[in-house]
Amino acid sequence: MTYLRCFWGVVWRELLRFVHQRGRFIAALVRPLVWLIVFAAGFRMALGVAITPPYQTYILYEVYIVPGLIGMVQLFNGMQSSLSMVYDREMGSMRVLLVSPLPRGFLLVAKLVAGTLVSIVQVYAFLLIASLYGIRLPTDGWLLILPALFLTGLMVGSLGLLLSSFIKQLENFAGVMNFVIFPMFFLSSALYPIWRLRESSPLIARIAELNPFTHAVEMIRFALYGQLNVEATGIVLATTAVLLGLAILGYNPARGMMARKGAAAE
Amino acid sequence: MTGPKTLVAAVTAGLVATTPALAEKIFVSNEQDNTVSVIDGESLEVIDTIEVSRRPRAMALSSDGTMLFVAAGDDDVIDVIDVESHDVTSSLSSGPDPEVIRVDPNRPYIYISNEDDNIVTVLDYEARTRVAEIPVGVEPEGIAVSPDGAWVVNTTETTNMAHFIDTEAMQIEHNVLVDARPRHAEFTHDGSQVWVSSEIGATVSVIDMESFEIVHTITFDVPGVPREAVQAVGVELTSDGRYGFVALGPSNRIAVVDQESYEVLDYILVGQRPWHMALNGDETRLFTTNGVSGDVTMIEVNSLEPVRSIPVGRFPWGVIVVD
Repeated sequence: MTYLRCFWGVVWRELLRFVHQRGRFIAALVRPLVWLIVFAAGFRMALGVAITPPYQTYILYEVYIVPGLIGMVQLFNGMQSSLSMVYDREMGSMRVLLVSPLPRGFLLVAKLVAGTLVSIVQVYAFLLIASLYGIRLPTDGWLLILPALFLTGLMVGSLGLLLSSFIKQLENFAGVMNFVIFPMFFLSSALYPIWRLRESSPLIARIAELNPFTHAVEMIRFALYGQLNVEATGIVLATTAVLLGLAILGYNPARGMMARKGAAAE
Repeated sequence: MTGPKTLVAAVTAGLVATTPALAEKIFVSNEQDNTVSVIDGESLEVIDTIEVSRRPRAMALSSDGTMLFVAAGDDDVIDVIDVESHDVTSSLSSGPDPEVIRVDPNRPYIYISNEDDNIVTVLDYEARTRVAEIPVGVEPEGIAVSPDGAWVVNTTETTNMAHFIDTEAMQIEHNVLVDARPRHAEFTHDGSQVWVSSEIGATVSVIDMESFEIVHTITFDVPGVPREAVQAVGVELTSDGRYGFVALGPSNRIAVVDQESYEVLDYILVGQRPWHMALNGDETRLFTTNGVSGDVTMIEVNSLEPVRSIPVGRFPWGVIVVD
């Protein structure tokens, strides 16, 4: 019962923060929509993208990049959640959370789930605008992607948590953008199919294959068409477990980064 | 990275399977493979590949629906395929380079455009004799027979004309000038109009069968695709008078046209360079032959959604659905 109350407290705070930060919501929508409307339209693939699973016929490029843009929404949100942890720590509001008698790991997972729920709201808002713009997606895919969205949210959120345990100051977020978000997004199957990347550089294709974000995007892509990509889902689950484990370790006052940093700061 | 389908996918598949089982077969001529692929209408997979004479292009069904005629341009014959057994039962001499063939609804006649000889040959497939040879313009291609069998329209690619042949007199009665390189002709199901596509002109001329004049010219503009890649070839018209489908060649699109208003309603993305199309018996599905990508795309007519592309042989040209 206490756990549930605490959990809802964390989730509620995250949702409230999201509702109050209208700018953040708009930015979360504008970012993928710019890609969809400007980038995809200007991209010379009007003659269709060759068939790759899970697609059963030729598709337009704007249809291809939708799962990647869903991943992008969740990736940015995951990182922003981590930014808010750093902010909370700097502003002192994290202390309020830390007086809770519940285990630190539980608080982190609650925070993670809260961030994931926010990212799912953003994804559906994006999909709604994309479908109004004329992107045709399978109707049942809207529901079928939900578990994949949840898993992806957890994975990128865990990564954010882990990073936030390293980042001491708010200013360092620009570094996260440059060294985490952009490489993860661009070196993946979000914008181009792997076979296309391989045509230009086998090395980039190999990196993309190793990038867990690629597997999150593929998991979403397959789910959208009613299929389970076992390999991608397995990789996403394993990556989430490792990242979350490290994040919990990182936030452990006795053993993690916080301890060392705290000691250094004092 | 493919994975097996989930339970959820099985549910989706179950929904699809609740539609009535389709016993239809789709025959596709592969111009460069000298074969005809047979696709099962239910599984949408190739179930047979029939060896035929060289350069098979247009196909037509006999009036009783038991024989499939395949025009083989490099062997100057029409191969006859038994639609049940898939055996080539005989070959009819067609005159040089037969390209497009159509069957008379009342008589056992095949109308053949002989591309190299500037004639339309009329063949009696029961008596295995030539009934007539009708001189037409240069490079005859498209052929259509009116639903009542009274008229045959032939388009000539270099003369840029639609020739209207009276099937009693077996001679040209009217000529209508259309846009550059007319490839295909198709009658509306009430026989009141014939739609003629022009490949280079990228238009469809709608010709009235009372006045023998063009009543409307349909133009196409595919967003994001250069004008020269838009080339009108195959035409299919639904019998309910609702949709006209026009295959737009290198733009990889099928245009959906309102048969009443002639307005282009949509462009459907298919494989590379679609030329010809066929509707199935109840007109719920449209199949396109995509020459360059070597596949056939199946479009659901109600939703106008391309559902699946099925690999066939090299340069698929003609397609016919047999129930």
